[in-house]
Amino acid sequence: MPTDVEQWKDEVYGNEIREHLFRFAEEGWDAIPEEEEDAWFERFKWWGLYHQRKGQESYFMMRIGTPNGVLEPGQLRTVAEVADEYARGPVDNPEFGAAYCDWTTRQSIQLHWIKLEDVPDIFEKLESNGLTTQQACGDSWRNIVGCPVAGKDTHEHVDAWPVAEELHETFKGNDDYSNLPRKWKVSVTGCDQGCGQGDINDLAFEPAEKDGELGFNVRIGGGLARKEPRFARDVDIWVPEEKVTDIAGAATELFHDHGDREDRYNARIKFLVDEWGADKVRRVLQEDYVDWELESAGDDLRDQYTYNAGGHEHGDHVGVHEQPDGNYYVGLNVLVGRQGVDDVYELADLADEYGSGEVRLTQRQNVIVTDIPEEDLDDFLAADLLDDYSPDPHPFMRGSIACTGTEYCSLSIVETKNRQVRYARWLKENVDVPDGVTDFHIHLSGCTASCAQPQIADVSLRGMKTRKDGEPVEALDVGLGGGLGENPQFAEWVEMRVPADEVPGYIQNLLATYEDEREGEETFREFIQRQDEDALQALADPEETDYEDPYMHNTKMTWYPYADEDDMGSSPAPTNGDGEPISADD
Amino acid sequence: MATRLRLLDDAAWVSVNDERAVGTSEVWPVAETFCSCELAWLVVEAFVDVGVNGRRVEARPHGHCLNCGESGTAPWLPVGKVTDDGFRLVEGVRR
Repeated sequence: MPTDVEQWKDEVYGNEIREHLFRFAEEGWDAIPEEEEDAWFERFKWWGLYHQRKGQESYFMMRIGTPNGVLEPGQLRTVAEVADEYARGPVDNPEFGAAYCDWTTRQSIQLHWIKLEDVPDIFEKLESNGLTTQQACGDSWRNIVGCPVAGKDTHEHVDAWPVAEELHETFKGNDDYSNLPRKWKVSVTGCDQGCGQGDINDLAFEPAEKDGELGFNVRIGGGLARKEPRFARDVDIWVPEEKVTDIAGAATELFHDHGDREDRYNARIKFLVDEWGADKVRRVLQEDYVDWELESAGDDLRDQYTYNAGGHEHGDHVGVHEQPDGNYYVGLNVLVGRQGVDDVYELADLADEYGSGEVRLTQRQNVIVTDIPEEDLDDFLAADLLDDYSPDPHPFMRGSIACTGTEYCSLSIVETKNRQVRYARWLKENVDVPDGVTDFHIHLSGCTASCAQPQIADVSLRGMKTRKDGEPVEALDVGLGGGLGENPQFAEWVEMRVPADEVPGYIQNLLATYEDEREGEETFREFIQRQDEDALQALADPEETDYEDPYMHNTKMTWYPYADEDDMGSSPAPTNGDGEPISADD
Repeated sequence: MATRLRLLDDAAWVSVNDERAVGTSEVWPVAETFCSCELAWLVVEAFVDVGVNGRRVEARPHGHCLNCGESGTAPWLPVGKVTDDGFRLVEGVRR
């Protein structure tokens, strides 16, 4: 039997949702019939609007999809202006203030506290500046990710940016591909470092050579969610650049026709690849979905991949790097990917003043300012903003990634961003960085959806609950040793249900053990990989320290975890277009 | 009058009559039926199914016991009751 979501999608989905969205915006939040709210919220996702969680009714998260993370000159300022004017909630966040932008692990942008009534004005502003929320969420082609410095990278073999652009142009707003069984995440890598993170996408293009021609190998069926992580499988297909869109369309149609629409938890293509195997996926593509003879995979560059490969080489895009044209790009660290709106304005100013105005977003929740001439580099690096968003950050600040968490998300089990900020600061102050470690990744995801990509971090943290002193408290499962590279590896889950206030102590103890017991220049990932199951358990114990965690209570049951009066009954939501509470009598 | 039941947000919430009634991350005391503990403290990670039994709304939560670590899907457990005044959540030990 089709799911509720499939039935709702059958009735209205894709581009046509927009007219309904605008009608509700015109008539106001309470024009949505109560019994239809869940159906409309599901549909609004297709236009990048995600209804916030219980206690925050009438407010939405808005996601802007920026293909390959590229913000063209002027677009960052537009985003800042939208955040400044429209993304302000009833209560400030104690770390980030009243308005802020989130840079996501899929090179997109998220704003919160968006009111339905403001959506038409926001869309007009975004779209008149070349930005869109279309298909940023929902069951369709999501934002296309890739090497964030595509076209500006000395390691590049194929410029992935025009490829990503063409995919974006072809599949965004295309009615033939607008209603898929589930989300469809695509990655394009053009360099020899592997920074497109193709392995964790539904469909991945990776650079490969065939008979002297550069093109792409195709991989299908990667993803991290639901405690069922998969690396994308090699389906033994190579395409030249001009066939990328055709094979992408074919793979999407295969997913459209064969993905499981009766069970959303089995709907991602990774489960179909599990069931069929890579050989059958290739055979069905050949027989039913393409009209040319597929070529077998070419010689890839995976043995050269250094991005998040656990070594001491290129692990992210933070720092100062020369471009092929002699200019420089500078990757700036944004702790947990969240930037207050005043800082976003300042970043846009700096990009205009010293670079081309372009800014790019990475899959590590960081930002890159491109096209800085060598003679301006020192002045750019001396800017005050870089005190807080450093191109040379402390390793614990550099590697801290967090999802949205219970602040806004219905799925999350624990508070994440502000907790991860506190973790990073405490670790920086209290824990010695092992010799040679410049890049140490700690990813905190509030639930098994894995938006912070915890399974590919050195230390993976996943939201959980436990009991401490007789009371239920927020806790984290801890995994170790994940990463990408030539031999990608998901983290091993080692410690389960660690009370959140004992996690920093655990990491401190773990790194002390690593420092004591590592062999020679052994990297952290190598050190973890040589441990057997018992040894992994014995590496360290959780421990209380002077770290203080203000979010140990059940933040999911608050209306907003940082409000002075945080119980559900104190919520002002739902509110009208002016932000005034709508009383039950209205 | 029919009661509308749904799992929402990737099975993170049970919705009763279009209201999110109970969500994951809660810790439920469960008598005997989940693991070998006399009283399991079940942390709910997802809901597998939701249904009605008379006026009682029930769900099958997936999770693990905080006492013994046993993980799995629980049998049908009560979520709440539909009364003439609306829906009322269950409190205390579930059995």
